[in-house]
Amino acid sequence: MVTILFELALTFYFAAAIVSVMELFRGTKTTSRFMLTFAVIGFLIHIANIVARYVIAGHIPITNLHEASSFFSWCIVLLFFFLEYRYRLGLLGSFIMPVVFILMLSSSMLPRKIEPLSPVLQSYWLGIHTVLAFLGDAAFAMAFGIGIMYLLQEHYVKSKHLGGLFQRLPSLQILDEINYKLITLGFPLLTLAIITGALWAESAWGSYWRWDPKETWSLITWFIYALVLHARLTAGWRGKRAAILSIIGFAAVIFTFFGVNLLLKGLHAFK
Amino acid sequence: MKVFIVGLNHKTADIDVREKLSFNGLKLEEGLIKFKGLPDVEEAMILSTCNRVELYANVSDAEKASMSIKGFLSQFHNIEMAVLDNVLYIYDDVAAIRHVFRVASSLDSMVVGEPQILGQLKDAFEFALEKKTTGLLLNKLMKKAISVAKRVRTETRIAENAVSISFAAVELAKKIFTDLREKSFMLLGAGEMAELAARHLISSGVRDIKVANRTYERGCELAKEFNGRPVRFEDFLYEMVQTDIVICSTGASGYVLMRSQMQKVMKERKHRPVFIIDISVPRNIAPEINQLENVYLYDIDDLQGIVDANMLERHKEAEKADEIIEEEVETFLKWQSSLDSVPTIVALRDKAEEIKKEEFERLINKLPELGERERRAIEYMAAAIINKLIHPPTIALKEDAEDKDILIATVKRLYGINGKEDEKK
Repeated sequence: MVTILFELALTFYFAAAIVSVMELFRGTKTTSRFMLTFAVIGFLIHIANIVARYVIAGHIPITNLHEASSFFSWCIVLLFFFLEYRYRLGLLGSFIMPVVFILMLSSSMLPRKIEPLSPVLQSYWLGIHTVLAFLGDAAFAMAFGIGIMYLLQEHYVKSKHLGGLFQRLPSLQILDEINYKLITLGFPLLTLAIITGALWAESAWGSYWRWDPKETWSLITWFIYALVLHARLTAGWRGKRAAILSIIGFAAVIFTFFGVNLLLKGLHAFK
Repeated sequence: MKVFIVGLNHKTADIDVREKLSFNGLKLEEGLIKFKGLPDVEEAMILSTCNRVELYANVSDAEKASMSIKGFLSQFHNIEMAVLDNVLYIYDDVAAIRHVFRVASSLDSMVVGEPQILGQLKDAFEFALEKKTTGLLLNKLMKKAISVAKRVRTETRIAENAVSISFAAVELAKKIFTDLREKSFMLLGAGEMAELAARHLISSGVRDIKVANRTYERGCELAKEFNGRPVRFEDFLYEMVQTDIVICSTGASGYVLMRSQMQKVMKERKHRPVFIIDISVPRNIAPEINQLENVYLYDIDDLQGIVDANMLERHKEAEKADEIIEEEVETFLKWQSSLDSVPTIVALRDKAEEIKKEEFERLINKLPELGERERRAIEYMAAAIINKLIHPPTIALKEDAEDKDILIATVKRLYGINGKEDEKK
């Protein structure tokens, strides 16, 4: 049942991603409506999948890499709907839905077994810490997509070749503003995730900070986004620089998430 | 009954000939009434714009109509026939239908895709409706032309990109900034082109307007006109710190803004984006400035390049539009042929004849004892009955009514007649 729900959600996200890429080549109102419909259906089934896992496991289902990347994707889609509703940026889906699909696909390839949670981790901090972390990461993922859109549009305007997607991409200013807003949303969430993580570590393992790879890389990510915000406010690093930094920042997010778990060992490695 | 067009446009006639032949103001009404009054013209409508004069008619004999319309034009505008023959084009039937659709869809315009022509066509049609000079055929043709034009507009990108320099500049500004109303704009110098571009920007919502001109008085005048404020030319660099869009056309022989100066300006404004349009020839702004981050500098050639590319794009889209038009011409022809009531009348008569014959023979077979005289009397009566029965529908079918196509379909259905078209289906 849980598996079927997951596969269904994956399928609908796949359909949405395909349509969203098609939209880059020939977009009409119909294609974007189809894309949104697929995404909404996928999202609803995805909720059912997460709830089902919660009921079976008895705790928030973010305890292995499969569940984590599935939840991560869910947060991105949630944020995507919000932005779509609020700003209606042209082509945003084309830069976000493929990311969602790739995350879900990686999730589908990871072991899905629901295993009992080790007693050390059984705490309300599990929910707080992970949800904060993934909401923050979702904001950074959106900033990444928007950053790519910015670089593309900036390239058109700067090179004076106004073909391709120039007409359908949003204006540079709005892309830059939303990129900034997303980072100002993601940064405090990441900060809180690190703080709650430290508190949880203290109660579970007896010390706030142990420099395990996940902690180290989270800190690196935190510094990158701190730099994005700081450089923007003091040195006017906006536009292109902010876009590039938000892409680098997201690379750090992804490495913290997948790289650390798959390549490096540590306390955060899901067992 | 077919569509017939006599006309001239910017491709066939120079402006002075177009002027002479135009129907503007009071001439339109007078011309339209006279045109409608021509012996071979059943319906009439005149479209007269600065780029074209076209006379639309419903005629039955193209040859005769052509002569009388040309004669009318020559007489009305007092122009020699020989001159007319050089500039006029004549379209008949299918070609005429296609031409109307192309005109409405702005494929025949000087600037392909410009939107005004559809409005002008609508006005001309409304005027003709008001004067009651059109009927079944032209009414349907014009309504169809308007819907075809709308279809072309939504299904192709024929009117999408800017094809004038000042519109291209506004379009770019909208892709750099979200809301032009919040942006501040400075006009540097006052060339004619720059003024035009400034006007377009202002009509797109820019509210904070500054004018810097070498002669301060001229700057003041312009500022007043644009509802902005004048700035001393020497201060323009300082003003640029607070300006998002600059249009420059000073008439200076060299650069008035160098890269190093702009670098300082950018630092001052914390690298907020600037859009600079340098319309002057020779250029007034050092082109290297475009390399600075968040500075977007376009000169006149850049804008012209965009306009040319957009124009090319429009012509590509025009090919798609022509395909749509062929489709629509086809549907129009189908409608028109459905108007032709002769086959229906013939079929109705044949059917009645057939019934009469069948019933008469049956009667003769049953009553072989009838004599020649009785037989003829019975046959005569049968013929009289069917004739009286089909007379009113035949008359109705021959009339040119607005709903003739529906009427024909109704008659076919009521009498169980299947036309050739239905067989195909």
